[in-house]
Amino acid sequence: MLSYILIPAWFVLLTLPFLGISGSLKLGAVLLVCSVLVRVVRTQYIASLLNLWGMRIESFKNRANKIDSRLSLGVILLILILLPFSLNRYSIDIAIIAGIYIVLALGLNIVVGLAGLLALGYIAFYAVGAYAFALLSTHYHVSFWTALPIGGLLAGVFGLLLGAPTLRLRGDYLAIVTLGFGEITRIILNNWDTLTGGPNGVMDIGRPEIFGYRFNTPAAFYYLILIMAVITAIVVKRLNESRIGRAWVAIREDEVAAEAMGIDTTKMKLLAFSLGAAIAGVAGVFYAAKMSFVSPESFTFLESIIILCMVVIGGIGSIPGVILGAVVLIVLPETLRELQDYRMLVFGASMVIMMIFRPQGLLGSSARRMELEPVDERALEHEDESLYDIKKGERLE
Amino acid sequence: MFLQQLINGLTVGSVYALIALGYTMVYGILGLINFAHGEIYMIGAYLGVIFFGIFTVMGLTASNLPLSIILTFILSVVYSSAYGYTIEKIAYRPLRHAPRLSPLITALGVSIFLQNYVMLSQGAKDKVFPSILSGGFTIGNATVSNLQIFIMMTSVVLMIILNLFITRTKLGTAMRATAQDKKMASLLGINVDKVISATFIIGSGLAAAGGMMIAMHYGLINFYMGYVAGLKAFTAAVLGGIGSIRGAMLGGIVLGLVESFGAGYISSEYKDVFAFGILILVLVFKPSGLLGENLQEKV
Repeated sequence: MLSYILIPAWFVLLTLPFLGISGSLKLGAVLLVCSVLVRVVRTQYIASLLNLWGMRIESFKNRANKIDSRLSLGVILLILILLPFSLNRYSIDIAIIAGIYIVLALGLNIVVGLAGLLALGYIAFYAVGAYAFALLSTHYHVSFWTALPIGGLLAGVFGLLLGAPTLRLRGDYLAIVTLGFGEITRIILNNWDTLTGGPNGVMDIGRPEIFGYRFNTPAAFYYLILIMAVITAIVVKRLNESRIGRAWVAIREDEVAAEAMGIDTTKMKLLAFSLGAAIAGVAGVFYAAKMSFVSPESFTFLESIIILCMVVIGGIGSIPGVILGAVVLIVLPETLRELQDYRMLVFGASMVIMMIFRPQGLLGSSARRMELEPVDERALEHEDESLYDIKKGERLE
Repeated sequence: MFLQQLINGLTVGSVYALIALGYTMVYGILGLINFAHGEIYMIGAYLGVIFFGIFTVMGLTASNLPLSIILTFILSVVYSSAYGYTIEKIAYRPLRHAPRLSPLITALGVSIFLQNYVMLSQGAKDKVFPSILSGGFTIGNATVSNLQIFIMMTSVVLMIILNLFITRTKLGTAMRATAQDKKMASLLGINVDKVISATFIIGSGLAAAGGMMIAMHYGLINFYMGYVAGLKAFTAAVLGGIGSIRGAMLGGIVLGLVESFGAGYISSEYKDVFAFGILILVLVFKPSGLLGENLQEKV
């Protein structure tokens, strides 16, 4: 009983220097109401509410399977094709941004979701693609269509170069190395004035042209990114169902066992990493063409995190989930303009809440849920291993 | 030039070492990269400015400057420790048994949340820390400010206290035992949850002390200062060998020196590149760090 008063009081005290007296008291009042509500409703009900969401998703998926999935996909595609006719210019622009992020999130999903490698500097590969096209276009007048594979390839090579020495490290070390790489890329872009234009960026990047038609309306770019997103989704889906995809999942689940089964884990991890990088590079080329301007401030650490959020919130490893995550994180802040300031606050909190209550994401699969919430005692024990066990190379059993 | 960069490097390096200690202790026990640790450092700096401001308004600063500095220090450290404790309880404890990726993402979430919490409540503009302890002296052609001496002295004292605490006290021994084997430690009657809380409290307190001293040193603080500093402190922890307390101290000093000499002799714009470059090189060529034990993947 006492804890229901003590917890809000604790937070009032904690936030007092930052929010001031009235602010922290308001927060305390809100928390008090919440804690009373929780007392009435009980945490189990909240958890079961989240489970209910999960069950609805599952049953929706089952029903969706019963209906011809091709038909439903066709309808969705038709709606997407007709979308520009019902939207104004501004909304189409947002749809294009959402499209770019869908491609990026799908690419990161290969790395994080399928192969289970946490990359925190993913935006650097996007920057490589964008700057590749920007510089090729302004200096050598290379067309968009030639730059598209070049940008992808270049980002892929960067991924390969970065991945080759680091992928043999443990997961969280990889996260830090990629983070460092992302920062180095941004600092170099910002300071190498003679090549990249420094903080001013590169302007007047060429627009794509096809059969003499110049892409200059938002609708044209919308269709272009729609095609790119669809192709990316198909590629990722096909990969997921292939031998390679199964190898990735095996590595994600248990690297040692995967290696024992004859999977060349280093090669497979490298493939996932550079493929994800290449997709980001292609998205970067599109971004440069769409904006016709690039500058280092588009490629901050925050962007990497937002893309990671899309993957996590949507559902790690699930293609529809990742797409949903990207759309939600781009469209929702746009519709809630007045809450713009609180966007990142909510992002951060939702990442925490998501990981605690629904680690598999909005549309995560139930298989993924099993992985994330090991119920088996042995699985728990495996997760329990501290660094010490790894350090000593000892066996618990 | 050389002496100047040496002193600057030691000043910044000792603060990096203080933050790195928190990373290394948490990693040693939980195997978690606590991304929110840099934000605790930032919060410590903000609390320093806020409390010092309150004392100035109260008139304590004018009448008794040393007392107000000490009180600011204590309050800020205690408060930041409370933040660290709360974060662990809310965000990391429920995920104790989750796979590695989950707490890492939670830590990122906490970091983003705290940054925006401070930005929204304190404003996005830089905050000024009033310059205290001004003055200094010159050795050869290098100028040393009293503040730099103060920072180095405080850091060294804190590190010595920490070292004594870890090696001599019961709780320190319990912490080492927990870092070695959580399950065995709990079988021997150690309350692992309490030890983990203590780790977060101590680590946060050290980071806050570092944050306050950096705020005094540079005179300006902002809500995103924790990100880069946290990253560099993590680099320092990795450089020294993550999980090793002495390694974190050494790593912090080495990183501070490298950065300072790199900025002085090569280019100050690429200062951060040196730090991150070292991080990548260490991780690639010697992942166990300078003083760390060899890591071996367990079957």
